[in-house]
Amino acid sequence: MTTAGITVSGGGAGNSPRRSLEAPSPRYGEKTVKVILAACAGLSVLVTTGIVLSLLSGAADFFREVPIHEFLFGTTWAPAFADAHFGVIPIVTGTLNIVFWALVVSIPLGLLSAIYLSEYAPNRVRKTIKPMLEVLEGIPTVAIGLFALMFLRPFLEDVFPFLDWTGPHAIGVAGVAVGLLIVPLVASISDDAMRSVPRGLREGAYALGASKLRVSARVVFPAAISGIVAAIVLAVSRAIGETMVVLMAAGARPQITFDPTKSAQTMTAFIGQTATGEISFGTIAYYTIFAVGALLFVMTLVMNLFAVRLVRRFREVYE
Amino acid sequence: MTNNLTQEITRTPPRSAGDDIKEASGVYDQTDISVRPEEFRQRGPAEHREKTFELRNVSVSYGGNRAVHDVSMDIFHKNITALIGPSGCGKSTLLRSLNRMNDLVPSAKVEGSLLYHGADIYGPKVDPVQVRKVIGMVFQKPNPFPKSIYDNVAFGPRTTGIKGDMDDIVEEALRRAGLWDEVKDRLDDNAYGMSGGQQQRLCIARCIAVEPDVILMDEPCSALDPISTARIEDLMLELKERYSIVIVTHNMQQAARVSDMTAFLMVELTADEKSRWGELIEYDDTSKIFTNPGDSRTEDYISGRVG
Repeated sequence: MTTAGITVSGGGAGNSPRRSLEAPSPRYGEKTVKVILAACAGLSVLVTTGIVLSLLSGAADFFREVPIHEFLFGTTWAPAFADAHFGVIPIVTGTLNIVFWALVVSIPLGLLSAIYLSEYAPNRVRKTIKPMLEVLEGIPTVAIGLFALMFLRPFLEDVFPFLDWTGPHAIGVAGVAVGLLIVPLVASISDDAMRSVPRGLREGAYALGASKLRVSARVVFPAAISGIVAAIVLAVSRAIGETMVVLMAAGARPQITFDPTKSAQTMTAFIGQTATGEISFGTIAYYTIFAVGALLFVMTLVMNLFAVRLVRRFREVYE
Repeated sequence: MTNNLTQEITRTPPRSAGDDIKEASGVYDQTDISVRPEEFRQRGPAEHREKTFELRNVSVSYGGNRAVHDVSMDIFHKNITALIGPSGCGKSTLLRSLNRMNDLVPSAKVEGSLLYHGADIYGPKVDPVQVRKVIGMVFQKPNPFPKSIYDNVAFGPRTTGIKGDMDDIVEEALRRAGLWDEVKDRLDDNAYGMSGGQQQRLCIARCIAVEPDVILMDEPCSALDPISTARIEDLMLELKERYSIVIVTHNMQQAARVSDMTAFLMVELTADEKSRWGELIEYDDTSKIFTNPGDSRTEDYISGRVG
């Protein structure tokens, strides 16, 4: 009788105040989801590592044949010729030219549109323009390349007739086209950064009798600087990496020039052109692709690290 | 002295104050609120007679929804005027219409007449930026800029182009805000390293540096601890020697401690009973509001029976 009494009070739902603290089910679903999520995260890291490793191993093969100083400091780029030269400087300057002109166009246009969108534009206008900008971001780069050749080139020739325009290709035209391509990117990210500045900061400035321009330039812009720098870094990466527009509008002649009306090959244009099947597997010219790819990777990496430091230094932390 | 008066009020518990009124309330006409400020103005001390603001039938709506309905009151020069009332009664909205901060909300609309020393604040030639130079504002949550203490105070004078040595202007503003001794050795430090109470006094210093006439304060102590609150209240009593102050507060004790005049607003049903808006119930000398209010709703509110 006693034992029965104990069983009832111990296991019975209503009588005992003590309730089971053990899990009612093994929760396999939870564990499965966790594994799947971890696998996805792991895969992207793995793929990135794989890309870097394949670049580096290809580059290592290249540097067994060509000394690294000849690659980095040589001023003639002719990897496919019988009398081959592997000086990378001409195509690096080609890339830098593009980045320069792209930034000249995209930073002012992008930032000023962002300030307009975040501080000046009425809600209705912003709701129309922002999606349009985002659509613009998605235009295929081939279309932009065509636009550069068919429209931008003659247009710039009309605007700057005193320049020495020769041949169909010009790095200035390609740079401006790349710049237009990344304006939406700069504008959209900077706009988000400025809009996330707390309303209290704006109100505080307005309450001191500051005009809209002053609030935008002296309070909102500095407070959003980390987001704005991030936008510019992304823009630079995009300009360095842009291939199709450059291939179409800047041409394929590797030469050291800072004249925007001249043709020049960029690093990406070289890879794009070479990897389309002109060169057979295992030759030295084939491995140059990897060397140039690795250099591109290092350049963007260094720039990103630099940007992180820059942001940390100038960031205005609120709260 | 007003100070003695307010101290007396502080010592009187609000509930017993409310009880006293039951006998006294018969003396006043409870239905006609608008007469009261006029009455006070005629018998009040001379320095109270100058009006800083005259509000006549002021209504504020956001996108067609009326938040404040038909407020008429005078706000006096170098007084501390408290706006009290339950949440949603429109006291902050009313405060923000005094320096055109409501302009920043695109859907906001202010109706009625709002005069500052006789000039229409919403007149066609009036520049809202200029209005805010003359009528400064301190907010509920301390909102210093993410810059140095010095740059925070110098922001306003640099904006308005006030002439003089900037170091002197900054020091003077910080002294008046009672902050100088605490921060004089770290003017270049970021303002976010300060305590909440210090940040709020910095915001007051920043406001003073522009040399306004009026300081509007929107629940300036609601995010602060009692000690910081007491410091800000002391500061307000000092500041009223130079400035007219209008303060919105949830804290009735605070209104009783610092203000000369108190306006009580309440949420009322609209005539068609479909929505609610804030209305001015009673506006009078603070000592009167807290000891002998003319309206039973005020009495209920300050004695803690409602809201």
